[in-house]
Amino acid sequence: MARVIAEQDMILLQPIMRTGLRFYLLVAALLAVITWGFSTYYRQLTEGLWVTGLNRPVVWGLYIINFVFFIGISYAGTLTSAVLRVTQAEWRRPITRVAEAITLFALLLGASQVIIDLGRPDRMIKLITHGRLQSPLLWDVGTLAMYMLGSLTYLYLPLIPDVAILRDHLGTQVPAWRRRLYQILSLGWQGNAEQRRRLEKGINIMAVFIIPVAVLAHAVVSWIFGMTLRPMWHSTILGPYFLLGAIFSGTATLVIAMTIMRQVLHLEAYITIKQYNYLGLLLLVMSLFWFYFTGAEYLTTFYGDLPDEMTVLLSKLVGEFSWPFWAMILCNFVVPVSILIWKRGRGVVGTFISGVAINIGMWLERFTIVVPTLTRPRLTFYGIGIYRPTLTEWGLFASSAAMFVLLLALFLKLFPAVSIWEVEEGREIVAAKQAVASIAASSEGPVR
Amino acid sequence: MPRWGMIIDLDKCTACQACTVACLAENNVPFAGPEETSMGRAILWHEVIGGIEGEYPDLWATFIPRPCMHCDNPPCIKVCPVGATYRREDGLVMQDYDQCIGCRMCIVACPYEVRYFNWRNPQWPEPMDQYLNPDQGPPQPTGGRGGPDVRPRGVVEKCTFCVHRLEKAERKAQQEYREMSEQELTLLPACNQTCPASARYFGDLDNPKSTVSRLARGARAFRLLEDLGTEPKVIYLKEGR
Ligand code: SF4
Ligand code: SF4
Repeated sequence: MARVIAEQDMILLQPIMRTGLRFYLLVAALLAVITWGFSTYYRQLTEGLWVTGLNRPVVWGLYIINFVFFIGISYAGTLTSAVLRVTQAEWRRPITRVAEAITLFALLLGASQVIIDLGRPDRMIKLITHGRLQSPLLWDVGTLAMYMLGSLTYLYLPLIPDVAILRDHLGTQVPAWRRRLYQILSLGWQGNAEQRRRLEKGINIMAVFIIPVAVLAHAVVSWIFGMTLRPMWHSTILGPYFLLGAIFSGTATLVIAMTIMRQVLHLEAYITIKQYNYLGLLLLVMSLFWFYFTGAEYLTTFYGDLPDEMTVLLSKLVGEFSWPFWAMILCNFVVPVSILIWKRGRGVVGTFISGVAINIGMWLERFTIVVPTLTRPRLTFYGIGIYRPTLTEWGLFASSAAMFVLLLALFLKLFPAVSIWEVEEGREIVAAKQAVASIAASSEGPVR
Repeated sequence: MPRWGMIIDLDKCTACQACTVACLAENNVPFAGPEETSMGRAILWHEVIGGIEGEYPDLWATFIPRPCMHCDNPPCIKVCPVGATYRREDGLVMQDYDQCIGCRMCIVACPYEVRYFNWRNPQWPEPMDQYLNPDQGPPQPTGGRGGPDVRPRGVVEKCTFCVHRLEKAERKAQQEYREMSEQELTLLPACNQTCPASARYFGDLDNPKSTVSRLARGARAFRLLEDLGTEPKVIYLKEGR
């Protein structure tokens, strides 16, 4: 039994069937940036990490910042697919697909940042063959591997019915290899009751599984800093702070991605003001929480007035890192709160601007966590460290971002941007509710 | 089993840096050159840190020769994901160059900043490349290299308390059926041997009769960043300031 697809949903298949010039141009531009990144990485591989701006004592820099940044973004999918599913928020339906894709791709890029940072990437396998459990770095390897596997499953499961739709509807409009791909990926999905029941069960189990894994993964990322004795790193707040930051930047990235998607693929009928309003509210709340966490940490440090901690703190408040620090406050708190607090601000434009600001702010947050602490060794006799990232590091940042966009673009070219069957299911639920309501109205009594 | 430790008498030290130079030569530390050094890429297993302290007119100068502290509770070892740095039974904290993956987590974890990363392939200007120390470090548990063996790019290195000299002397004493003398021990590490002020001692901290353990128990003894609980085995002596 082939699944029928509602006439109005045909628009979702358009970008899969036809590819315009714009798409090729985008891919070409992204490939150019990626090639540049690879060439700089090749130089780093052959000559060593001295091509970066890293030094002693600032032995970690942009690569580690970007590692935290990309892993943070990955919270997008966990939030919409798992958290919002468990809490049965109906408005999630049109955005789950893109959110899950963001999660997987951000994780892939986050993990690759660590490899870029290694002095001996050729010995990476030792992490598995000689791994020692008491190292926070191994916790990272373990949880991220689990997280990645989980989010791959989570992206794939709800994709199955849609792939079956593609298999049945596209026919000869797409090349043979893609037909085969859909054939294989759909796993013989026919949409009968038993299959649906199993799918729902699988998705529900994964939802419950992936939330703790994500929480753990984001905390563990923070612990590569928190478990050392460095001033302003060695703090219990770091785990929760990173988790909160992940929810914050993940949601912001989701807003950016869905806005671009909505404009380019004409999805106005699916992604409506409702999604913007809810996500805007979420960003508002997270922004306030973020400010509270930051304030709590900084006030405690400031009041305690320990010399080691104070030099780091002052370098952020008034020292050489005051630029990124105050820009971070502006981007993460002032801008989003002053826009999103108004109902009018939680429209497409306002939420989008907030999303962009928050992403910049959260990158700066990671910068102000990683670098200032490293520049101020505990033994003050060493003086102050300086870190100026080189073109190699910026190049790899740019190409990682380009890779992220490319993966997302290719994914949206192969699969529907909106989960067709989930939207469909949402409509059925609404219809059923209306039916119940009308029966109730006509019989003027409670329905049992 | 001994527990090797070092005493540095700051009241005798003249901050002449002979120890730093001796260490560079003994352990085949590569040259960084002025440019890389100004960027903070120089490798110095041993370094004399310090400067002017206090506020005018109450000023005084502090100089602290700083090898690796060979902590008894080393935070660097805890964080290494692959066991490339480990503590031997005699208390030395070792580095295995063939095991290290270059993640630099140990550098971040060491509060004394004694760990160095090889940002590029080791280089020596002519004719220094002709005069490398041919001594080899003790074989590592994984069969890899350690000690003064020339390090490849991308791995971390640090002071070993001249483990290769120590092991050589231990073997010699064993062959001659005797214990190592106090004098022999104190002059074992290259930095100690070079010190013109005789400000440095080396020996077994667990032997209550040894000079090092006697000095370590003295009133002038202190250790760097003692409150962190790392239990460093380099002990400094200083009378007031
Ligand atoms: S001084 Fe640093 S490198 Fe040496 S043992 Fe202690 S923590 Fe490790
Ligand atoms: S840099 Fe090498 S020794 Fe240091 S933690 Fe990483 S693998 Fe271990």
